[in-house]
Amino acid sequence: MRAYQRPMAGWWRRNPYYLRYMLREASCVFITAYAFVLLAGLWRLAQGKAPFERWLEGLAHPLPIAFHAAAALLVLYHAWTWFKVMPKTLPRVPVPDAAIVAAGLAASAVLSAAMLWAML
Amino acid sequence: MSRTIRIECLRYHPETDAAPRFQTYAVPFSDDMSVLQGLQYIKDYLDGSLTFRWSCRMAICGSCGQMVNGVPALGCETFLRDYYPGTVRVEPLNHFPIVRDLAIDQTDFLAKLESVKPWIINEKDSPSEKTHVQTPGQMEEYYQYSKCINCLLCYAACPQYGLNSAFTGPAALALLHRYNADSRDEGKSERMQVVNAEDGVWGCTLVGYCSEVCPKDVDPARAVNQNKINSARDYFLRFLRK
Repeated sequence: MRAYQRPMAGWWRRNPYYLRYMLREASCVFITAYAFVLLAGLWRLAQGKAPFERWLEGLAHPLPIAFHAAAALLVLYHAWTWFKVMPKTLPRVPVPDAAIVAAGLAASAVLSAAMLWAML
Repeated sequence: MSRTIRIECLRYHPETDAAPRFQTYAVPFSDDMSVLQGLQYIKDYLDGSLTFRWSCRMAICGSCGQMVNGVPALGCETFLRDYYPGTVRVEPLNHFPIVRDLAIDQTDFLAKLESVKPWIINEKDSPSEKTHVQTPGQMEEYYQYSKCINCLLCYAACPQYGLNSAFTGPAALALLHRYNADSRDEGKSERMQVVNAEDGVWGCTLVGYCSEVCPKDVDPARAVNQNKINSARDYFLRFLRK
């Protein structure tokens, strides 16, 4: 029997579901890059006021701003997808999936708002 | 049969074709005709050489799984009317070797199904000795996973299986969980080897499409990810017991 195995090349472009999955996975790259930028800021802060201010100035350009805007959008998307699959990863609890997702998203929104409030 | 729809079928005859090709048929249809009935019309009236699997026509047997416009679906519960006036493209299930036209080779899945020991393992007693009492709560633990009909739509939806066919895959792991979660079963330790293996539950990256396409609401992604917890627990408990 000569069976034919179809190739997988380009599989993630064949279905919007896979595209969304790949976007979810790729968002980690941006989030990691953002974490490194933040760590660099912490390192500059440890060196003193002047290096930290230079780091801040370095961020006030169109390219870093565009990067931060993209990272912020991807963090939101990642959070949304993360909470959406959360019920599948938890041990069985007597709570509907929709309530778990809603509670996760609400907690995330409240904590983000609290952090924003503390910073401003 | 007032309307006619174009059905584009993937054809592959190993004795003459080096690679699959598409062939289009014009099929007259009525509102109650499924994609499977469309294929049966082709076979009966247009081209007797078209090969496809089917049996029950009511989403019970799991034989007529195929890709319908790129989405894994049962031909018997997918209706031609929903695609009109467009073309319906029917292909064999993704990720499996094609034996002939729409028929795929299921050998790999059958071996995996056997590897998870999909039966109740209980050495102490047999059903003939006493009635197994089970509460509704205990039944709820496994019932949804027992609805699997082995149609393989979840494997066609799983890119991890497509990229690495050694991955045990959604349906076999869902059925593994069905028996592990059954209060009458005592075979969990035997099945944990499959769960813990490199190609067991850890081969899953939670794409989640398996649960979307499941025609019986089994939710294999949940079964697999529940067992990541079980696998981690099993690992650490074994470590502690040493």
